[in-house]
Amino acid sequence: MSGNVLHLDNVTMQFGGVVAVNNVSLDVNEGEIVALIGPNGAGKTTVFNVITGVYAPTNGRVTLRGKVIAEDHPRGKMRKLYVGGHVYEYIHTVNNTPDKITKMGMARTFQNIRLFKSMSVFDNVIVAKHMNLKANYLSTALHLNGREEKQMREETLDLLRIVGLEDVKDEIATSLPYGKQRRLEIARALSTNPSMLLLDEPAAGMNPQETENLSAFIREIKDRFNLTVLLIEHDMNLVMDISDRIYVLNFGALIAEGTPEAIQSNPDVITAYLGVAEE
Amino acid sequence: MTKANPLLKPKKLDRATLISIVIICLVYVLAFVLEQVMPASSMLFTVLKKGATYALVAVSMNLLNGFTGLFSLGQAGFMLIGAYTYAIFTIPVASRLSVYQYYNGGLIQFSLPVVIAIVLAGVFAAFFAFLIGLPVLRLKSDYLAIATLGFAEIIRAIFQWDKIGFLTNGSNLLRLFPTFNDFNIRNANGDVVLYLSTLVPFVITGVCVAFVMLLINSSFGRAFKAIRDDETAAEAMGINLARHKMLAFCTSSFFAGVGGAMLAMYANSVQAKSFTTAMTYEVLLMVVIGGIGSVTGSVLSSFVFVACSEWWLRFLDQEQVINGWKVPLLRNGFRLVVFSLIIMAVVLFFRQGIMGSKELPDLFRKRHKLAGKGGAKS
Repeated sequence: MSGNVLHLDNVTMQFGGVVAVNNVSLDVNEGEIVALIGPNGAGKTTVFNVITGVYAPTNGRVTLRGKVIAEDHPRGKMRKLYVGGHVYEYIHTVNNTPDKITKMGMARTFQNIRLFKSMSVFDNVIVAKHMNLKANYLSTALHLNGREEKQMREETLDLLRIVGLEDVKDEIATSLPYGKQRRLEIARALSTNPSMLLLDEPAAGMNPQETENLSAFIREIKDRFNLTVLLIEHDMNLVMDISDRIYVLNFGALIAEGTPEAIQSNPDVITAYLGVAEE
Repeated sequence: MTKANPLLKPKKLDRATLISIVIICLVYVLAFVLEQVMPASSMLFTVLKKGATYALVAVSMNLLNGFTGLFSLGQAGFMLIGAYTYAIFTIPVASRLSVYQYYNGGLIQFSLPVVIAIVLAGVFAAFFAFLIGLPVLRLKSDYLAIATLGFAEIIRAIFQWDKIGFLTNGSNLLRLFPTFNDFNIRNANGDVVLYLSTLVPFVITGVCVAFVMLLINSSFGRAFKAIRDDETAAEAMGINLARHKMLAFCTSSFFAGVGGAMLAMYANSVQAKSFTTAMTYEVLLMVVIGGIGSVTGSVLSSFVFVACSEWWLRFLDQEQVINGWKVPLLRNGFRLVVFSLIIMAVVLFFRQGIMGSKELPDLFRKRHKLAGKGGAKS
């Protein structure tokens, strides 16, 4: 239970005059389930989008297992480069596209389900294996990579069996009931062989029974695939049930961090969620 | 389809696929036999040759618009590049002086075998696609359509520029290159002993469409469809958007280029000004009528479309008198009115096109009521 997996260092994300994420620093360690909570519009999903490369941060740095995956400085913050006695100044930026970050072992799900609508359950999951394809374009198109394709299919079937979607593998993804669509989205993310999983409101729209199943499911896949999990969630039962630690975000800034017990009794958090009583 | 190694088969051929393959083979045999027994001047062969040509172009457009979700309208431009490439490289050396009469026989003084020239036509089109794809593929939907449309117009203008006339013959015709009719096998007297002028375009289109079908069912095909369904999610699943869009764009343009070469062979001459935007819209109509996302739909609708516009509706253009009664409305141009009405009806009542996103084998699965469609390839 040690070793830093994800580290955000003073990340700021600004859209014009709106500061969606303000100087947020957080850590997720190996094997943890960490929750990111906060009222609507607090900037939780923006944090996810910065981590996964959808947005380049206005300022700050994101590291995954010690490797910088996104970094930027506002204008004026320069770095120096020494080449043969000469000093060059430059603005240092690292800006990976989402697909590269996924290849580094970070997978995510989306707040409003984003399945591949016209494709079958099986195809939705196997598509995530495409990034590791070794055969070139032409030989893949001519189906000369049969062995590789066969292996991809077997791995996908295994995964579908584990997540309990094997019986619906030939259905069109969007014809599944809501809970299974959520499950499929997680399965698709798992199909990229991640070491870290980001879940954006996995329990949204679920009834208490489904939510309970989900929390068991998240624990199960976490243990089976040795995952580290960061999740955004509004359902406090789920959050308090499975999180090791919780970060609370309000108006783009972190206002609290701690164990579920500590967060529950934190006055700042209660104020953020319930507002201040008028005196 | 004939490879025997079981390791190469992720999926077994099922009954429906087999039926489809049999039907396609029958269509080929029929085309071959008909050509031997019917007079070569029959309208049928014009339709079949042009239909095969447009089928390939429609499939290439469907690969991009229907399977990758990139709305591109540059097809006529890539066909033009293909047609010119083919014509420029295959005009016999002896004929070059008469073709390039204003440019001293032109720059190129050799000619390549037909097959190589066809492949080159595709390669050049794909190369141009790569160049304009670099800036243009960053655009989304409508903007991409406008940019590719603009490209096609620019290409059309450039190819008529007399400063590069030594290559393109300016705004003059390119002609005297090998056409479909040159595939007919003749005896010493010049009489045709074996007609192949319809079978050859069928074979070219068949090979290309088979490739597209295989591609669509491969891992890359799944990635293309994922991009079409949800770009953000596809990228989050590790699919490199820029690379895959470029691959789809170049592949589509390659086949549009080959289609252009076929159009040159069909029309016996090439002139840049005939590759208008209207040509792209015709192809787009075929794709929409056939079903966006259905390869066999595109093939089928291309043949029907060409047959309607070239043949079946021709009678509407001529005044007809039956028993002294002059049929009203029939006059030159009326065909286009009826044709437009048919297209509107199809678009209104078959939103998904004839085939929707189904392919030929799907017609033989589960429900049997749709069975009995012929005439489609691959």
